[in-house]
Amino acid sequence: MRARVLVRPKAGILDPQGQAVERALPALGFSGVANVHIGRLIELDVEDPGRLPEMCERLLANPLVEEYEIVESL
Amino acid sequence: MKFGVVRFPGSCDDVDAVLAAGRVGEAVMLWHGDRDLQGVDAVVVPGGFSYGDYLRPGAIARFAPVMEAVGEFARDGGLVLGICNGFQVLCEAGLLPGALLPNVSLRFVCRQVQVEVMSEYSPFTRACPLGEPLSIPVKHTTGRYYAPDSDPHGCGVRRLADTQILLRYAPGQNPNGSDRDIAGVCNAAGNVFGLMPHPEHAVDPLTGSSDGLWIFESIRAHVADRVAA
Repeated sequence: MRARVLVRPKAGILDPQGQAVERALPALGFSGVANVHIGRLIELDVEDPGRLPEMCERLLANPLVEEYEIVESL
Repeated sequence: MKFGVVRFPGSCDDVDAVLAAGRVGEAVMLWHGDRDLQGVDAVVVPGGFSYGDYLRPGAIARFAPVMEAVGEFARDGGLVLGICNGFQVLCEAGLLPGALLPNVSLRFVCRQVQVEVMSEYSPFTRACPLGEPLSIPVKHTTGRYYAPDSDPHGCGVRRLADTQILLRYAPGQNPNGSDRDIAGVCNAAGNVFGLMPHPEHAVDPLTGSSDGLWIFESIRAHVADRVAA
């Protein structure tokens, strides 16, 4: 099965990449943008999607500073 | 006294670490694919870009066969020093608390910094001159230390004790936005130490400072005392 894992900085963790983009958008004339956060997208084929949470906890994300979201069956 | 320096694919400060350790003792290179630590008294996990720093710095290196042996060595009380990428590897491996995040500036920083030694008793700092900051270079992009207790939702995560903070950037010197100016921390047992500055690049006055040697000399003195005891 094709799955998608979204990894992003945990709430409350300073995200300078998000901040930089948030500042750049108005400079291009895109106003009304707030709370930009930048993370990582991982796509993978897995035989047993039940093991995805463990994969995320042990490798794909660092649970101390990142949260993950699993999107199955694309 | 014998140091072992781990070489991963992508390590780049391994040779300097061997040369620095070689100034106070014997030093050998350890290969990432081997489980044999060759009877060393202390392990150095050096700087660089282990396994290309793919995914996150240190995330892949922690699964290298040698890291299993380093983990056992650390749990048995062996001294482990992680420098820069080595610090990131030890955090990812769970041998040190916390994590290293991209610099607030989002830029690579490469400069000499002053760091204050917070403990005169640690096996890693005991030989440092009292009350004098060390002048050591930093060079990294991902060096912003995040301590577990700065997470308000970090329920169940063990708190970082103040006594585990062995090095701090001197006031105004923080190059990366590290929490509480932290430059180096040890584990609760005190035998695993990670720092972002590079003591192995500051071992000869020719390159500006030899203050980094104090870290290697501390390890040597600690091991010598342990052997004598």
